[in-house]
Amino acid sequence: MPATKIYVPRETTSVSVGADEVALAIARQAKKTGAKIQLIRNGSWGACWLEPLVEVEVDGVRIAYGNVTPEDVPALFEAGLGGKHDKCLGPVNEIDYLVSQDRWTFWRCGLTDPLSLEDFLAHQGFKALQKAWDIGADAVISEVTESGLRGRGGAGFPAGIKWRTVADAEGDQKYIACNADEGDSGTFSDRMLMEGDPFGLIEAMAIAGYAVGASKAYIYLRSEYPLTHMILSRALDTAREAGWLGDDIQGSGFNFDIDLHLGAGSYVCGEETAMLESLEGKKGIVRYKPPLPAHEGLFGKPTVVNNVVTLASVPNIINLGGERYAGMGVNRSTGTLAFQLAGNIKRGGLVEKSFGITLRELIEGYGGGTASGRPVKAVQVGGPLGAYLPDSQLDIRLDYEAFTEISAMIGHGGIVVFDDTADMAQQARFAMEFCAIESCGKCTPCRIGSTRGVEVIDRMINDEKRDENYDLLVELCDTMEDASLCAMGGMTPYPVRSVLKHFAEDFASGGQK
Amino acid sequence: MTDQNNESISRIVQHYDGKPEMLVQILQSIVQAHGWVSEDTIRKLAGALNLSRADVHGVVEYYHDFRTEKPGKHIVKICQAEACQAMGSRELTAHAEDSVDGSVTLEPVYCLGNCACAPAVMMNGKTHGRVSADRFDTLLSSLQEAK
Repeated sequence: MPATKIYVPRETTSVSVGADEVALAIARQAKKTGAKIQLIRNGSWGACWLEPLVEVEVDGVRIAYGNVTPEDVPALFEAGLGGKHDKCLGPVNEIDYLVSQDRWTFWRCGLTDPLSLEDFLAHQGFKALQKAWDIGADAVISEVTESGLRGRGGAGFPAGIKWRTVADAEGDQKYIACNADEGDSGTFSDRMLMEGDPFGLIEAMAIAGYAVGASKAYIYLRSEYPLTHMILSRALDTAREAGWLGDDIQGSGFNFDIDLHLGAGSYVCGEETAMLESLEGKKGIVRYKPPLPAHEGLFGKPTVVNNVVTLASVPNIINLGGERYAGMGVNRSTGTLAFQLAGNIKRGGLVEKSFGITLRELIEGYGGGTASGRPVKAVQVGGPLGAYLPDSQLDIRLDYEAFTEISAMIGHGGIVVFDDTADMAQQARFAMEFCAIESCGKCTPCRIGSTRGVEVIDRMINDEKRDENYDLLVELCDTMEDASLCAMGGMTPYPVRSVLKHFAEDFASGGQK
Repeated sequence: MTDQNNESISRIVQHYDGKPEMLVQILQSIVQAHGWVSEDTIRKLAGALNLSRADVHGVVEYYHDFRTEKPGKHIVKICQAEACQAMGSRELTAHAEDSVDGSVTLEPVYCLGNCACAPAVMMNGKTHGRVSADRFDTLLSSLQEAK
């Protein structure tokens, strides 16, 4: 009898709630009972609320068990592997949360063993890179342009245009810089992709390198992700040993390699020019633009800076065609976004859906409402620089332009839910405080304005001269928005203004005049 | 954590071929090995990388990860960002401040990327999710018992 395959994720969230202990208990129980098993540490499917999610393969079907603890393990074996148990959820490919998604970019996450090159190759691995070599660099860029893919890091800039600019730029050396400094609270999609499908990212970066003529690439990974670092490092070594990185990849004549760099706890280093400074070993101080990184980026050379998920969306665009990707989504927001349901939410996790879905569908439909069971008070979309939206704005369709219209942003797709116990005045204060802590200090509105912002909000909370301080805060927000060098200072006013507009009653006696 | 002696520092510098553009990576390796960056190390790095002490100092001061004081035996980082705030990280932090002794260095961190299982805490480099006050106490004791 062949060994029974058992899957236990090796991914930060599942490990943070006990997946390693469950895996150990399974290995011990198998030894004790003499059961023949093959333990596979897969990536996470993204149903975080079910973690640790264990799967047992029976006749080719993967039976899922949710929220498994080490104490559950003996009973799972006694029931016969794959058998009945209170925590059995049925086949994993019938869990509604997962099957109703549009998995374009994350389709291998959870399915495969992230560190098995063999498994990757058996699941379309490097097919897109080989197709890219067949159709040529120009056609690759055309496909990406046609797909309408926009930067998933937050800015939403069309990837195809960026690639074309770098391809056309003069330069003896060009670079690909993958931004994996996923600092926005409420976001973890880059991490899940890198932990669940690291070879997918490597392939995507190689395609980008081939398309624009770059032989050298960097991944700038935040230091808060040690498990991701371990997984990526191993995947890069494996790819290099197997000839998928390095000189003359698979005899194609294409040279390409990737270095993995760690950040050091600076939020601003997620801003592309600060990231380039940090990659050069310097303080993460934002650069003036122009010149654009596409013209003068890393070490002054033409550089494609793309977020992890942006890049990872490309292989399927090459495999299935840009037109197909462009057929999903709404308006100029084509394709899918990996939304991340976080904070006070019952069923938190990663939901990859086409643009056009509403926040309410995500929060109530997928998320099941708040974890506390209390009413939703506010939802922050797009990280610490994103607006706090009240219930009345939850039916707006997720579309970059529609969000810009309401002074909000989709950003990196993080959705943080707060229940009615949240003190929104404190959240407005935190927006300024965070900016003060993380400002790179180059421009005055951000460096000084954020500290003044905390002081003004404190006075409002203490009900000192509230009309005067209200006006001052609005004026300060105008200055920061208009005069800051980058989004850090320029968008910190978004959450602050949204609180003034929608939750003014949370200031002691109402911040509003 | 060992002393930041000449041998250890030059081994790390050599690993990065003594390239000044690897300064952030070198400092990260030093902090991972030693827990902090001493004034003496800054001086050694400036010499080894042919940079001014001010340059190295500036980089050390800029990044939150590069501590300039020796930390306690255990490093506990509690996420202070919005998703964890929505699940009570402010209360958890107050609880932690009351619970830890001198062997623990408590630090803020702004997002551990574990936002669907908040609040999140990192203890000696390992991330934990769904950390209630009780779970914090349990995790902390097992950390301290582990020696």
